[in-house]
Amino acid sequence: MSGGASADHFRPHRRLRTLAGPIFGAACLLATLTGVVVLAVLMLAIVAAALSGGPEAGAFDVGGAARELASLLGRLVSGRQSSDPARAGYHAGVVSSLWLLGLTAAIGIPAGVGAGVFLEEYMPAGRLRRIIQTNIANLAGVPSVVYGILGLALFVRAFGVPGLALGPSLLAGALTLSLLILPTIVITTQEALRTVPPSLRQAALALGATRWQVVSGHVLPAALPGIMTGTILGLSRAIGETAPLLMVGAAGSLLRAPRGPLDRYTALPVEIYNYAKEPDRAFQPVAAGGILILVALLLTMNAVAIVIRNRFRRRR
Amino acid sequence: MPAPPTTLNPTDPPPPADDPWGGQSRASAVAEVVAPVLLALCGLVTVLTTLGILLVLTVQSVQFFLKAQVGVGDFLLGAVLKPEASPPKFGILPLAWGTFLVAFGASCIALPIGLMSAIYLSEYAPRAVRAVLKPALELLAGVPTIVYGYLALLLVTPVLKAVLEPLGFRVDQFNALSACIVVGVMIVPLVSSLSEDVLSAVPLGLREAAYGLGATKFEVSTRVVLPAGLSGVAASFILAVSRAVGETMAVVLAAGTMPQITANPLTSVETMTTYIVQVVGGEASYGSAKYLSLFAVGLALFAITLTLNILSNLVLRRYREVYQ
Repeated sequence: MSGGASADHFRPHRRLRTLAGPIFGAACLLATLTGVVVLAVLMLAIVAAALSGGPEAGAFDVGGAARELASLLGRLVSGRQSSDPARAGYHAGVVSSLWLLGLTAAIGIPAGVGAGVFLEEYMPAGRLRRIIQTNIANLAGVPSVVYGILGLALFVRAFGVPGLALGPSLLAGALTLSLLILPTIVITTQEALRTVPPSLRQAALALGATRWQVVSGHVLPAALPGIMTGTILGLSRAIGETAPLLMVGAAGSLLRAPRGPLDRYTALPVEIYNYAKEPDRAFQPVAAGGILILVALLLTMNAVAIVIRNRFRRRR
Repeated sequence: MPAPPTTLNPTDPPPPADDPWGGQSRASAVAEVVAPVLLALCGLVTVLTTLGILLVLTVQSVQFFLKAQVGVGDFLLGAVLKPEASPPKFGILPLAWGTFLVAFGASCIALPIGLMSAIYLSEYAPRAVRAVLKPALELLAGVPTIVYGYLALLLVTPVLKAVLEPLGFRVDQFNALSACIVVGVMIVPLVSSLSEDVLSAVPLGLREAAYGLGATKFEVSTRVVLPAGLSGVAASFILAVSRAVGETMAVVLAAGTMPQITANPLTSVETMTTYIVQVVGGEASYGSAKYLSLFAVGLALFAITLTLNILSNLVLRRYREVYQ
């Protein structure tokens, strides 16, 4: 190095530069951890709130707390709606939500997978397909409450045509949720179909299989794990939705659990909403316990989706 | 010695009808024609959904404007929303302001945190850490919004009260700040996972070139990788804002239902989404002006989120840097 001035030119702000890196990295790590911390705080606060109604236990009495939590959840699953927080429960909501899950799966999955298969395997690429594709992407971004408005006008009221209106029934709720998750299912189906190598289709076609034989016998089975993963994730979103169900008539108070698709219904998140906005603090454990039931249901569904994905990966 | 006879000899008698080589059966021929039609019908449902949304919202909104004797200008520029008063006043501005306040506050929290976690995950995180953190963030994205709303009531508002009330601020039970915080936390995973996808797609050669010129990791992250993925990051920001605008349950439990134009985030506001839910949950009778007003508000909400989504797509496509 000769001449201080020109050497300075080549290492400008050296100290600042070496300092800024680690500080920025640490800040980014902190930002990432906020998400994880929030998740932990969320669960802890909700478990604590669920336990707040019971007898005061020692802070480190984990076994006692777990027993109490189990008994609370057992009581909540079997209890009916009640204005008495000690007896209130989610029986009707759990039953309705399982009905909704089944009906939505029965309506939404065939429609969504069918649309995905049609777009990916049958429809020729072109302007029309691009328009439909854009339309589906935009549908995925429509707020859930707007689907609720659609369901209210289309299924519950049928524009005032008396014979067609389903009223506030399970079927109306399930149809609305099916439309809600349709874009998700179509998009994941298409993505799964795209991962099937074209050579598979060509091989089947070369052996003389027809188009439908190729699709139903070879492409769909190969894409099935991916389709199922996306479908389960879409269904778990539907189960957690509250706003559209409030719109299409999920009842605030329902004493009897629904027995058929045309019965009045409620839903687990709707009941949680009703208990949560109750000003009486005695309802706090009830609402928190309901959330734990909902989260347990969702975690089970997500775990199933992950297991399917992992088995699929290992086989490839 | 003569060759053993094969079944594929052209002079053989024709195979029996149930032979697997005998060509298509009737059933499969029918399936060949019917299947594509059924599949096309499924595809049609997606188009019909969009048309249905547009039709329902516009038809009922027109009914609202006729029934309530409100001009479109009065509706869009009216600063008072009192459907119960006589004559009733239907101005959407208080709802628009509430929506803006919550979306703006949530973005102030979510965009920096989401972007920084995206940078950490794509540039800084060791592989093992990333393998743990990424699914955790995805899990956070799967939490139902009602849970966030309950969290606002259970934790955020009491903490705000405990911190701000000794300082002399009055904090309402339902307040916009609490909604901003929970909605902000809610959309962080959206920003971070979409941005991270874009940032990790920036080719390695770009980073290596910058390192070769003596850049530090900080400089590579902020001056090379981030500008290269900027279009995707901006698109994820817009999508997150759109999600915040359309959020319902977290806001209704956190911010309450008080339609007012106020700069004070510690008081209750009402957003477009919460107004819609509140009208349906209330006593408004079917066909009344108040009931129909929810469709007009819904149309405005739909227009806003659709514009944001299209904008996000345009940004992503128009400003994408293409690497070979």
